[in-house]
Amino acid sequence: MFAEGPSVFSRFIVCLVLSFLLIVIDQRQQRLESVRATLAVVLYPIHLVVDFPTTLVRATAEKFSSRRELRAANERLRAENLELRFRMQRYQTLERENERLRALLDTSVMVGQKVLAGELLAVETTPSAHEIIINQGVRSGVFPGQPILDAEGIMGQTVHVNPFSSTAMLITDPRHALSVAVNRSGVRAIAVGTGSMAQLDLNFIPNNADIAEGDLVVSSGMDGVFPAGYPVGVIEVIEFEPTAPFARIKLRPHADLAHAREVLFVWPQTPEQDTPAAVPATEAPAP
Amino acid sequence: MSLRNLRGTLLIGLSILIAFALTVLPLPAWAQAWRPAWVALVLMYWSMAVPERVGVITAWFIGVLLDVLVGTTLGQHALGLAVIACLTVIYHKRLRVFSQLQQGSICAGMLLLYVTLLRIVDRFAGVPVPSVSYLTVVTSALLWPWLFIILRDVRRKGGVR
Repeated sequence: MFAEGPSVFSRFIVCLVLSFLLIVIDQRQQRLESVRATLAVVLYPIHLVVDFPTTLVRATAEKFSSRRELRAANERLRAENLELRFRMQRYQTLERENERLRALLDTSVMVGQKVLAGELLAVETTPSAHEIIINQGVRSGVFPGQPILDAEGIMGQTVHVNPFSSTAMLITDPRHALSVAVNRSGVRAIAVGTGSMAQLDLNFIPNNADIAEGDLVVSSGMDGVFPAGYPVGVIEVIEFEPTAPFARIKLRPHADLAHAREVLFVWPQTPEQDTPAAVPATEAPAP
Repeated sequence: MSLRNLRGTLLIGLSILIAFALTVLPLPAWAQAWRPAWVALVLMYWSMAVPERVGVITAWFIGVLLDVLVGTTLGQHALGLAVIACLTVIYHKRLRVFSQLQQGSICAGMLLLYVTLLRIVDRFAGVPVPSVSYLTVVTSALLWPWLFIILRDVRRKGGVR
């Protein structure tokens, strides 16, 4: 048996020093990502086990949904598909026209982007962090800092990528910021997370800018992480303060951040096109 | 003897795995702040009952795994759990003879220290919103007597020593 006292203490001191080292290294550098990814593989079964009841409920519900419900869903999807295809026709002509015009203007052309569908795991990270865990990882080609969208708009970007899964930070996380533009007037700003799923702050818009409630705000692509032109949110509240240099603007996220289960990973434009100089990360320090 | 050892290790490992799963179990938004510090509680029990097997080093490694699991700064939970395990191992003999109420209050005190440490690391690492709430101390301390009874049964039935 071990003697108590000094032995416990010395072991404790070793652990203390190791913890401080880990914290400092993890904070200042990205070197521990591989350690994190390796350990995450070991822990992935826990995520799957916790997610299992949710998956089971969904699977059972699908199995026992009646023929009539299925027919109704089928009909609705058909109608939706028809409408989307109709819009797509117009979109294709517009895209071609846009390409032509861009070529006339001699600017870079943005064409179809590669996407990958992923599914959220019903597990939680720390309560305050707006992070989600998705069942796609390095094996599907996911990389850190990759944009994530749902059917409605931008959701966030990946922060830790493991072989089988990845952790993504939502745009509403207080540590997150992205470069956006008002769709109508082209005014640029930074959308910063607030810690509430239903709200983003729009910073650095001057008091006299052309902006109105209900304006759609889209990604500007200038941060080098998010592709340009995807919806981020809708302006909900504008407060002008005569003494402050910038207006206080609140944004309601367009993506269904709290309920989306299927998400899309987006790859930036293919390398042969000239992309704007990439900024390493959009993560801003604490606002 | 070695078979018994193996079974004990398996039981301890299993209890910690269950604590991990409970830590990432989805909860409604209002309840998240009240989520008990499952891993800290389970570790506290084992380092009180079998301090030769579950001590500071074990706690530290489990803490690193917990950091990976919940995505906090690496070393944050490791530090907190190592401190808890150290205190428990040093005072394990006294803790064992305490009544449930006394144990519960000591447990609350240690968790207060634990949460404070985690929040200091949060501040140091520049995380804007703390990753744990002080409300966990309340739920964890209330949960301690029940967890204690369950784990004691597990230890006796499984012959963990």
